[in-house]
Amino acid sequence: MKVNFRLNGQRESWNVNDSEYLLDSLRDNNILSVKRGCDTTSCSVCTVLLDGKPVPSCSVLTASIEGKEVTTVEGIKKDAEILAKHMGHEGADQCGFCNPSLALTVYAMRHEIKQPSNDDIKDFLVGNLCRCTGYIGQEKAIKNYLEEINEGNQ
Amino acid sequence: MKVINKPIPSVDGKGLMLGRPAYTDDLADKNSLIVKVLRSPHAYAKIVSINSELAEQLEGVEIVLTHKDFNRNAFTRAGQGYPEPSPHDKFVLDEYVRHVGDEVCCVAAKTEKIASEALKLIEVEYEILEPVLDFEQAVDNKNIVHPEEDIYEMFPIGFEPKRNIAAAYHMEVGAVEDTLNESDVVISERFFTQAQAHAMMEPHTVNARLDYMDRLVLYSSTQTPIHVRRILSQTLEVPLSRIRVIKPRVGGGFGGKQALHGEMLVSAVTLKTGKPSKMVYTRKEVFESTCSRHPMRIDISLGATKEGVLEAIDCNILSDTGAYGEHALTVFMVAASKVLPLYNKVKSVRFFGDVVYTNHTSAGAYRGYGAIQGNFALESAIDILCKKLDMDPLKFREINMIKENETSPIFEIMGEGTEGTAMNMDTCKLDYCLERGKELSGWDKIYPYQQISDTKRRAIGVAIAMQGSGIPYIDMGSATIKFNDDGFYNLLIGATDIGQGSDTVLSQIAAETLMCDVDKMIVYSSDSDLTPFDTGAYASSTTYISGNAVYKAALKMKNMLIEEAALALEVEVDTIDFDGQTFTSGEQSITISDLGNRLYYNEGQKQLSATGSYVGTKSPPPFMAGYADITIDVETAEFVINNYTSVVDCGVPLNTKLAQGQVEGGIVQGIGMAVYEEVQINQKGKMVTNDFLSYHIPTRHEIKNLTTEFAKSFEESGPYGAKSVGEIGIDTPPAALANAIYNAVGVRITSLPITPEKILLALKRKDETNE
Repeated sequence: MKVNFRLNGQRESWNVNDSEYLLDSLRDNNILSVKRGCDTTSCSVCTVLLDGKPVPSCSVLTASIEGKEVTTVEGIKKDAEILAKHMGHEGADQCGFCNPSLALTVYAMRHEIKQPSNDDIKDFLVGNLCRCTGYIGQEKAIKNYLEEINEGNQ
Repeated sequence: MKVINKPIPSVDGKGLMLGRPAYTDDLADKNSLIVKVLRSPHAYAKIVSINSELAEQLEGVEIVLTHKDFNRNAFTRAGQGYPEPSPHDKFVLDEYVRHVGDEVCCVAAKTEKIASEALKLIEVEYEILEPVLDFEQAVDNKNIVHPEEDIYEMFPIGFEPKRNIAAAYHMEVGAVEDTLNESDVVISERFFTQAQAHAMMEPHTVNARLDYMDRLVLYSSTQTPIHVRRILSQTLEVPLSRIRVIKPRVGGGFGGKQALHGEMLVSAVTLKTGKPSKMVYTRKEVFESTCSRHPMRIDISLGATKEGVLEAIDCNILSDTGAYGEHALTVFMVAASKVLPLYNKVKSVRFFGDVVYTNHTSAGAYRGYGAIQGNFALESAIDILCKKLDMDPLKFREINMIKENETSPIFEIMGEGTEGTAMNMDTCKLDYCLERGKELSGWDKIYPYQQISDTKRRAIGVAIAMQGSGIPYIDMGSATIKFNDDGFYNLLIGATDIGQGSDTVLSQIAAETLMCDVDKMIVYSSDSDLTPFDTGAYASSTTYISGNAVYKAALKMKNMLIEEAALALEVEVDTIDFDGQTFTSGEQSITISDLGNRLYYNEGQKQLSATGSYVGTKSPPPFMAGYADITIDVETAEFVINNYTSVVDCGVPLNTKLAQGQVEGGIVQGIGMAVYEEVQINQKGKMVTNDFLSYHIPTRHEIKNLTTEFAKSFEESGPYGAKSVGEIGIDTPPAALANAIYNAVGVRITSLPITPEKILLALKRKDETNE
């Protein structure tokens, strides 16, 4: 079947099986920033934004995204670069496997919550598992990123 | 120092954040056959027959491989140097399956869907055997996990498969029983540690292709590419020279990718079909069919004088290696060799026991291996002894722990699988770590506990730890630095970056030595065709061993450059002053960029490249003190970790932020082991914690705060004063948390993980005893 949607602002029309998941469709179409970490929607490394909301692409049927907007990290390059800079300063990137999905979730958070507190950050990102960093460095980097973005918006 | 001891951002962080294709599966050939493995539903069975006819007839199925397709070359998946200290007790495919999830056969098909369909069409007749599922009943059990005759040890490791013993060890200094008999105060306790899963975010992934020279090219998410090449050659009988192993970016390893898993089957499919193939482990496969941490039963006795001088340690361990003996002996020995020297002033110390086979998922290398198990037992036992002595646990440690310029006889006796290497503690700032941690954690205010409401208590517990820095005379690293026109460099290293940041740290060492910015040092690692030898990312070896190799190569390069500059300027070598950018001699000078262009295009043309390699002659331990600050509800025993304070002596932290990341990542994995994580296997031998819904790694909710500092320390033998930092962080949380729980509510939890249920049960028993 054919599915029409927007991927990072571009119109796309893909032929997919009705049982195909978005994660597989994206990777088959060379969108390799979206990773596979588990098969039970528990790790978040396959996160994409669907109409701006973070979802695990391993559990979204591609057939169901007709007319929707899919955002991967390629679609939020400027934000990802700023976050990468602060993650680098905190030494919090480590293996990097979960970082595109983290950038997307952080991006969604800043559009949903004006000035997120520590607890807000933890709550919003709790599903973004990381086995490398111990989380605290990541959270410092996220706060610095939010600060820079907010200053830029003033 | 220009770039050393600085928070230099990692060289790959930005590209990875932007999602550039970099990991193994990103680099698979688009036409790869999908390899899927049929796995055993039984804990122990003999395969009577495999009928794969229907599967082979399925449209899109390329090949089915069973044990009949492989010669019986016993090997170990451990991913160690050669000869391995692990028994050769595994076959690529075998007629026996020894745990639920063990490999039966594999299918390669055009799509994943077809491969999965094909697996369902394969009929296997099993003769179900009675499994060994209780590791305490394994020795001399009537059921033998490895009855086959064609398995062997490479050198004596205590291998007795007919008794279900994969390895055994015994050592004694002094006469432990006599010393214990003479001690004023003696305590004995039994501890249990559980299997822990690595749970790295990237599953084990591998792909293979034949290149235009008909060589096998393998991309693998491995920690040991050079060992992978050697073991592939041995098992599949392909000349080493016909194999290239490339390690792309790796999404975490923690020891779990030291071993080989999909490499053999994927390579066999590609060799037999001539077509590219790939395998991405499902998360279930990562849990059930790779490795986890060795569970242990640890019996420990301590003897001390009434003044609080520790005189004897007696430690007997039973370790469960599961179905195969990967790291059976080495993990076991580290439970003593990187734990017991912490208290080096004892008169007598004994360590002994067996590593047994069971029909569990195999155990293997895992960050802090052996040390975290041994540390939990010893550092819990020390607090038990302090209680009996009525002595402050910090005071006791100050008196008895190892200090700078001291040694322990254990270093010489015990290595990893072999004899050890005598060494003095040229750097040991453990006394500072303990003292500084006491200040930072608020010990004096909290210890043993503060009543903060009717039902809540805040409490604190401590543990100290040590690790190593590579394995002396075994682990080797090397580096090649190539000089380019325009004056920048390539740094080619065998060392294996798996996310810990070694590409960045090793670039810093080279850049510091050549006095340039890190971005002038273009690093490329872990490609068996292009980069020099390195044993891989394990044993806390990369910064110390590979780092020393990089330092040596960079020094050589610096000398070569100065010689060439002297030729260019027509002056004596010793008149040259080099600041990393410009070579100056009196009034004359030439920039490094001009020198590069001259060397490659104009005069005296030649390629400059320098190689250095390094083997350790000792393994200087990093040390740390860890303090767990908790709040517990005395009615429900629910507790939270308010803060975990770490003060670490890792020599000079070459990259301050990456070193902090290593410590904190280790602490959180240690907290996971201490409190949240347990691989659980049911009565039939089936793992019931085989996804992230049933196996709980710490989320950011559980980690409230981490306080991390480094001691001022300079290890002369390390590159720019460094020791290792990759593993030390994981060791202390189990004991520090058990000690904090004891200080809070007066019950001693001796089996991990420490759960509210166990605490409540212990409190109930305590009440009953008091009644």
